[in-house]
Amino acid sequence: MAWVSTGKNGMRRVQKTVTIAQPAERLYAFWRNFEQLPHFMDHLEAVRVEGGKRSHWVAKAPAGKRVEWDAEITEERAGERIAWRSLPGADVANAGEVEFRAAPGDRGTEVKVVIEYDPPAGRAGAVVAKLFGEEPGVQLDEDLWRFKQLMESGRIPGTDGQPHGKR
Amino acid sequence: MRALCWRGVGDVAVENVPDPTILDGRDAILKITSTAICGSDLHLLDGFIPALKPGDILGHEFMGEVVETGKDVTNLKKGDRVAVPFNIACGGCWHCRRTEFSLCETSNPNHRALAEAFGYPTAALFGYTHLYGGIAGGQAEYVRVPFADVGAMHVPDGLPDEQVLFLTDIFPTGWMAAENAAIEPGDVVAVWGCGPVGQFTIVSAFLLGAGRVIAIDRIPERLAMAQGRGAEVINYEENDDLVETLKELTGGRGPDACIDAVGAEAHGTGPGGVYDKVKAMAGMETDRPTALRQVIQACRPGGRVSIPGVYGGAVDKFPIGPAFGKALTFRMGQTHTHRYMRPLLERVQKGEVDPSFVITHRLPLERAPEAYKTFRDKQDGCIKVVLKPGA
Repeated sequence: MAWVSTGKNGMRRVQKTVTIAQPAERLYAFWRNFEQLPHFMDHLEAVRVEGGKRSHWVAKAPAGKRVEWDAEITEERAGERIAWRSLPGADVANAGEVEFRAAPGDRGTEVKVVIEYDPPAGRAGAVVAKLFGEEPGVQLDEDLWRFKQLMESGRIPGTDGQPHGKR
Repeated sequence: MRALCWRGVGDVAVENVPDPTILDGRDAILKITSTAICGSDLHLLDGFIPALKPGDILGHEFMGEVVETGKDVTNLKKGDRVAVPFNIACGGCWHCRRTEFSLCETSNPNHRALAEAFGYPTAALFGYTHLYGGIAGGQAEYVRVPFADVGAMHVPDGLPDEQVLFLTDIFPTGWMAAENAAIEPGDVVAVWGCGPVGQFTIVSAFLLGAGRVIAIDRIPERLAMAQGRGAEVINYEENDDLVETLKELTGGRGPDACIDAVGAEAHGTGPGGVYDKVKAMAGMETDRPTALRQVIQACRPGGRVSIPGVYGGAVDKFPIGPAFGKALTFRMGQTHTHRYMRPLLERVQKGEVDPSFVITHRLPLERAPEAYKTFRDKQDGCIKVVLKPGA
């Protein structure tokens, strides 16, 4: 689903690109406000922007638990690129970057996301698996597709609450 | 409300289910006045397409009256009479803006399922398994219409439901099938399959300039209906060599365009058909391409093949050699229904076509399970069933 690889430093790397029929500026602005990421990133419960380049992230963990960490933006170029990384002390070191590039013709914008994380062994490993998806490639793929749906049609379609007969 | 639910392979039942509610600002709720059973619904009854759960509501050809709209729907109001395309399209993604509505990238909530099957997701459909979004269908008293501002088409008073209902699927499907055949004036067009889609393909082919249409099937009443539309007919069960017959009928040239309106559950006879059935049962081939193989063999060199389908999986022994050697052009796909509804409605209003010709059975929704079987088994001269909820 997405490209998943393990780097020499042991960090797991996941990459996925999607084309969204919207201008880069709009997509950049939406993403730059990290508090909006939980709208389409299922594993996130909340992100709190704390002024300047800092943010506090809360993710869902198994058994109703939570995992939290602080992060900072390391790079930003309006309409083009945002990079962030967790601060020392995070349970699971992680970093992410998103790039926005014009797609050919009238197709809109190519959005490429790379997430890196340090997959620890043992118990924490199980937490990470859930955090970043049992199959991390699937998690990122679905998150990006939901971002596309949200930006192109204004909503993420679902069927919760629709009628059905006896299961 | 009452709704037709899938219960298992070969088993559908009308059950009490909750009424649909607005789930999103661009939804509308319709009270359904007429709804039909489609040939592709039979693939669901037979379990040909996986990804159904017991209790799923089927049905994708319906029309009715708006009873409620979401806050973001400004072009519809309560009381409006509308017909709705069987595919769900957002209107804003790249494909929708190119009028390729069946390829809408944002309407399918289960994009990954289809992405795994086909490589990429395509538009959600009403009542057509969780591959296509698991959206509750319209063989019911009420239905929720997502992206109603894009899909729902106003229907003028003065046209009965029976003349409008088929704009939701089979008339646009037949039209697009004929359009995909790139018909040049005077062409000979051969159509495999005289079910409802085949019938509308014949009608459309003539309207698009075909000089002759030759229609192929085995069911006498379907062949008779095709003749009624102006087609010359061939009963393939009474014909030893279909490809040779088509050659003789066309001065030795072969048809200029060949249209496969049969699809994946072809009732192939002969050794090829037996092979396909055995392989399908063994899970090694999923679709049965008997008609498609004949289409390719029969088409003249440089001709066009149009495939309205439906196909879902893979086929064996696909004659790629003859297709390549004859430089055939293939066009196919799910109907971009939204593109055709209004132009075809105009033709109905002008009296060029009365789509109700295809209806053979009219039944209350309560009798839908029996109607499915009658339609599947082609009994009682059944060609197209229209159901009335609440009747």
